[in-house]
Amino acid sequence: MSRLDETFAQLKIEGRKALITFITAGDPDLDATPDLVETLAESGADIVELGVPFSDPLADGPTIQAASLRALAQGATLKKIIAMVKEIRQRTEIPLVLMTYYNPVYRYGLENLIADAVAAGVDGLIVPDLPLEESEELRRLAAEKLAVIPLAAPTTPDARLTKIVAAGRGFLYYVTVTGITGTRTSLPEELSQSLDRVKKIAGDLPLAAGFGISTPEQARTVGAHADAIIVGSALVEIVAQHGASAAGRQKLSDKVKALRQALDD
Amino acid sequence: MIVPNENGYFGAYGGRFVPETLIAALDELTKAYEQYRYDPDFQEELKEWLANYCGRPTALYRAKRMAQELGIKEIYLKREDLAHTGAHKINNTMGQALLARRMGKKRLIAETGAGQHGVATATAAALFGLECEIYMGEKDIERQAMNVYRMDLLGAKVIPVSSGSRTLKDATNEAIRDWVTNVGHTHYIIGSVVGPHPYPMIVRDLQRVIGIEAKAQILEQSGSLPDYVFACVGGGSNAIGIFHPFLEDDLKMVGVEAAGSGLESGAHSAPLCVGEPGVLHGSLSYLLQTDDGQIKEAHSISAGLDYPGVGPEHSYLRDQGRIEYIGVTDDQALAALRLLCRTEGIIPALESAHALAGVVAQANLLKEKTVLINLSGRGDKDVATLAALKKGEEK
Repeated sequence: MSRLDETFAQLKIEGRKALITFITAGDPDLDATPDLVETLAESGADIVELGVPFSDPLADGPTIQAASLRALAQGATLKKIIAMVKEIRQRTEIPLVLMTYYNPVYRYGLENLIADAVAAGVDGLIVPDLPLEESEELRRLAAEKLAVIPLAAPTTPDARLTKIVAAGRGFLYYVTVTGITGTRTSLPEELSQSLDRVKKIAGDLPLAAGFGISTPEQARTVGAHADAIIVGSALVEIVAQHGASAAGRQKLSDKVKALRQALDD
Repeated sequence: MIVPNENGYFGAYGGRFVPETLIAALDELTKAYEQYRYDPDFQEELKEWLANYCGRPTALYRAKRMAQELGIKEIYLKREDLAHTGAHKINNTMGQALLARRMGKKRLIAETGAGQHGVATATAAALFGLECEIYMGEKDIERQAMNVYRMDLLGAKVIPVSSGSRTLKDATNEAIRDWVTNVGHTHYIIGSVVGPHPYPMIVRDLQRVIGIEAKAQILEQSGSLPDYVFACVGGGSNAIGIFHPFLEDDLKMVGVEAAGSGLESGAHSAPLCVGEPGVLHGSLSYLLQTDDGQIKEAHSISAGLDYPGVGPEHSYLRDQGRIEYIGVTDDQALAALRLLCRTEGIIPALESAHALAGVVAQANLLKEKTVLINLSGRGDKDVATLAALKKGEEK
């Protein structure tokens, strides 16, 4: 069983929800990323999503755009990030998922990327600009070695969602808002009903809700209707302000603990 | 082979590389387009607007003095600069605005580089009473100030984009982000044959009117088809528009990319000449990119060509060898612009000047030939840039 599947199976037994945390790899620099991942893991994250910086992140809001630019300016590349994952793996067994736009993947070469990522200890890939129809080859090559995690949105019709779920591995990433990443003061009113509807279709594939979730209150509300919540921009913002200093890691840890607490209550 | 196929592929290129949120909107657009492209009422309405509002057909003009100066037998200019708003862009925005209206969308958004597509979108929005917001890079806002003011007069809101290269690429990112957020009531009018399926097909079909008219006009005026067709290529909509109706004919076609400071300099906008395939703004096509798959910043004196990607159908036609793609530098384009002003009394857009420069560069091959050039836009918008250059030269 993969690390991802094991994590979800274990949480199910415990009756708990998964906390998935996102940071941009290479922000503030690649040396700091393993430390930050360790902080996330020790503070109660169940899965870590590492954002691979891209020059044109069209599904991302200002916070993650800025983090991508910082990481690129520090020389982060997909190759270096995969090498860094090896280092992370010497410290923690937490499931690691790369979130990357398609062009760096395409450029790397699909087969090479899958081989290198699996060897380094990556558990899954989320490619936000690679919808079902375009991801066929990646899914075929990744097979059971690497989970290609699908996304669904409020605009996805049920019939299409059924196909997305059937092709999905790891978990279903449900985009809670019609929009781009970034913290929001309020989430859509109908979100709970939407999640319940999606959950029925998702069946055994764990349902993770992301985009716009930043506060413990939001984590609790959304967590009640999903198997996992994903928090990104709120954590990236902390890294942006405080870097990977001891004080920054403490702030990051406090935030993750607060989210964990809200989910477990 | 008919391209694109049902998945939006022109051979190996095209597709739909967008966030899941947009798939439903692209499906809706595909369905609406399939319905209206063969609907006589819709086509008749579009034709009337193009004729009575946009001034179509645009003239085909034989440029004798320019031909004489270059030692070329015959040069014909397809005068898209005479279309309403001053460029071919209006052909696309009128068609898409009519489509948006029938789809019940209340708001139009667009990206713009030189501002011509923004003006053409703002024009259609004003005409049909639709809300309109245009994304434009800060660098382009500076160098195309007149078009910014035109959009403002037409009631559109111009939103400055300060990220990345502050040009067309980043304006397109922001327009896509807006569309992802407001997809329910907003139609995104992409300005070129780029983006996810069905856009490259829709924009091509709407721009084909250029080539259809030019073919009939040149047959009437000269009695035969041209030997060569030249057009500039940024995203590639004016080029596809004039090339497409000639694809089955026995003649040569040349797409002219912006070589900026030179293809070797790295500062250019010529992905078909020196790029590699990759994914940007929703489709797979030739791109300027790093070994790591990051998109490189393009460079051109022409804001409308200053883009690191190109429409997928051009990538297909390039690989097929059906169309030759060459690059001309900023300096070559400027010289060609001045040549047309001096010999024919026509001030072309800097974009269109690249097509002219392509002909100048290949003039020794064209001596006995009849050449058709798409003069895609007029140069009024570039006068401030040209004046600043002249001032610089005089110092």
